[in-house]
Amino acid sequence: MTMIEAIRSALDVSMGRNDDVVVYGEDVGFFGGVFRCTQGLQQKYGVSRCFDAPISECGIVGTAIGMAAYGLRPCVELQFADYMYPAYDQIVSEAARLRYRSAGDFTCPLVIRMPTGGGIFGGQTHSQSPEALFTHVAGLKTVVPSNPHDAKGLLIAAIEDPDPVIFLEPKRLYNGPFDGHHDRPVTAWARHELSEVPEGHYTTPLGKAVTRRAGEAVTILAYGTMVHVALAAVEETGVDAEVIDLRTLLPLDLETIAASVARTGRCIVLHEATLTSGFGAELTALVQEHCFYHLEAPVMRVTGWDTPYPHAQEWDYFPGPVRLGQALRDIVEAS
Amino acid sequence: MTSPTPLHFHVPEPASRPGGKPDFSGVSIPKAGSVRRPPVDVPPEEIRDLAYSIIRVLNHEGRAIGPWVPDLSQDELVAGLRHMMTLRTFDARMQMAQRQGKTSFYMQHTGEEAVSCAFRIALGPDDMNFPTYRQAGLLIAHDYPLVDMMCQIYSNANDPMKGRQLPVFYSSRKHGFFSISGNLATQFVQAVGWAMASAIKGDNRIAAAWIGDGSTAESDFHAALVFASTYKAPVVLNVVNNQWAISTFQGIARGGSGTFAARGLGFGIPALRVDGNDYLATYAVAKWAIERARLNLGPTLIEYVTYRAGAHSTSDDPSAYRPKHESEEWPLGDPVIRLKQHLITAGAWSEERHKQAEAEILADVIAAQKEAESFGTLHSGSKPSARDIFEDVYAELPPHLRRQRQQIGV
Repeated sequence: MTMIEAIRSALDVSMGRNDDVVVYGEDVGFFGGVFRCTQGLQQKYGVSRCFDAPISECGIVGTAIGMAAYGLRPCVELQFADYMYPAYDQIVSEAARLRYRSAGDFTCPLVIRMPTGGGIFGGQTHSQSPEALFTHVAGLKTVVPSNPHDAKGLLIAAIEDPDPVIFLEPKRLYNGPFDGHHDRPVTAWARHELSEVPEGHYTTPLGKAVTRRAGEAVTILAYGTMVHVALAAVEETGVDAEVIDLRTLLPLDLETIAASVARTGRCIVLHEATLTSGFGAELTALVQEHCFYHLEAPVMRVTGWDTPYPHAQEWDYFPGPVRLGQALRDIVEAS
Repeated sequence: MTSPTPLHFHVPEPASRPGGKPDFSGVSIPKAGSVRRPPVDVPPEEIRDLAYSIIRVLNHEGRAIGPWVPDLSQDELVAGLRHMMTLRTFDARMQMAQRQGKTSFYMQHTGEEAVSCAFRIALGPDDMNFPTYRQAGLLIAHDYPLVDMMCQIYSNANDPMKGRQLPVFYSSRKHGFFSISGNLATQFVQAVGWAMASAIKGDNRIAAAWIGDGSTAESDFHAALVFASTYKAPVVLNVVNNQWAISTFQGIARGGSGTFAARGLGFGIPALRVDGNDYLATYAVAKWAIERARLNLGPTLIEYVTYRAGAHSTSDDPSAYRPKHESEEWPLGDPVIRLKQHLITAGAWSEERHKQAEAEILADVIAAQKEAESFGTLHSGSKPSARDIFEDVYAELPPHLRRQRQQIGV
């Protein structure tokens, strides 16, 4: 399966198993979503389970919170993460805090899916990676899958989770793995082992990272598209790096991270989002708190620049394998 | 060619400010009984005028007249009067408790008691309100224990919200009262979602959304109207126009739209305007809208025309922005006095019984207060555990919160 098919399958399986799962968003119903993640669901489950919403992110998330409080399990789509800001008050002040402020009287089992990240010439309004705006909020869980197998398992786990989950889908991975070499031919998921996705129900637990490549020289912490960039850079530089795919940013699998960095003594944090106050800052702080006496070099961050996401200069902005490769060479030479 | 007239910038001003004479000449008030009562399945376009009028039942003599007189028995009306009196007494005691330093903050309902008390009686027991901070009548008229309300206000060891919420931010699913948020208007669109869910499931429960005049300016209000209109959600959209959003008069949020009820018209939502200080009219209009929702006829917008006679909160002083005696000049009077008068006129009540009821209610409220204070107040007695800081952030405590909880040793 492609990532799109895997996400669709997760929604299909969840809707089939539980009548309380409803799916809606802009263009989500009859058409099946601009990325086609909900294609066929309205036809299969009817308009009351999968439907089009007005263009109001505040309304989509606000009504979903009410539905979740009622007892449904809404899984809504925001067309691009870049458009989530009108919903941010509902997410931060309401969804995230409902269980807490009502002492468990009301809860919010809600999933908000949104395509994230760049690599598609989307300019500043279709390329953002706002994950740190969610990880900073108490009460939310934030998930970023890097492949079809995880996408399906994590999405089903998110829908079954009793709390609100932000599910960020790296849009450049929808149709194939992408290692940042934009000038090379596009590859399809079909040849990737993690495109082997079971048809039925399974979950990938939230809060568990996975090691994509074992290594001894340096630990690379990545998620989403950057997992593929990391694997490519490691291949090309020949540096024996360990690549950890975080999968869930919050709750974070600190145990896996700390165990790896304690062994390698070096760490690079990689993400597409802007540098300052990005999720990499949190990862860097945690690594120094928990692995300080094992570190042989300062933790490095390879990220997007602190600018809006540009259009024509996309590949100067995108932290691809060339920039990561340089960082890998620098960090193993540092002592 | 003549030179163009310079543009000028318009900022609305209230009719009167401190030092001036209260002026409500701009509030046009139809006679009680004069507004027609359409059938609940009336096409919205046929009742557009009702968004600009005011439905009233009680006249100056306290008689109930016209097509909106509700089918409430005298016993039910006496119960309604007692609810409003309880809320007013409760407010007075809690306002005083705040001044005595027993809690940090309080918000009174003075002058607006009829709106939430009457609405609750019109609603079914399993329906869900998404209230603002000024609808505690929804709890009192539904027999929520006063002691629990006070424990919440005191943030003591028995606070159902475990000390996490500002005073008056109650929550009770069992009593159809959604958790209060301090972020205004957010609940308005959530109510629509709850109602959509009820329709999706083929349930027969409906939702009630609540908002103040000032917060209708928030985008959530407009999102709520769009979604309610599009999906014909079984929801009653309540706008409590109490004339003042802290120091800002209602004209700032209303702009050129004439009335808040009229906001519903562009969405094809039937919109009614009602005398919010008239318990009978408020009940009757609520009942009409609730019936529409229950019959799958969709949402109704109701504007309750009332007046916030007290301060916005214990942190507010209205004499700084409106004439000192403005509340006494409010042309729709006081909801408690008006219902009392009606019952006396109808022979179901008397000054003596009223005095007696006042004494009984005060005794009940004081007894509840003593009991609540036996569990502690904000700064004395037992309080919620520091452990409660970390519970309920998630269903299960994640590792990072476990580490943080260990740091404060609880």
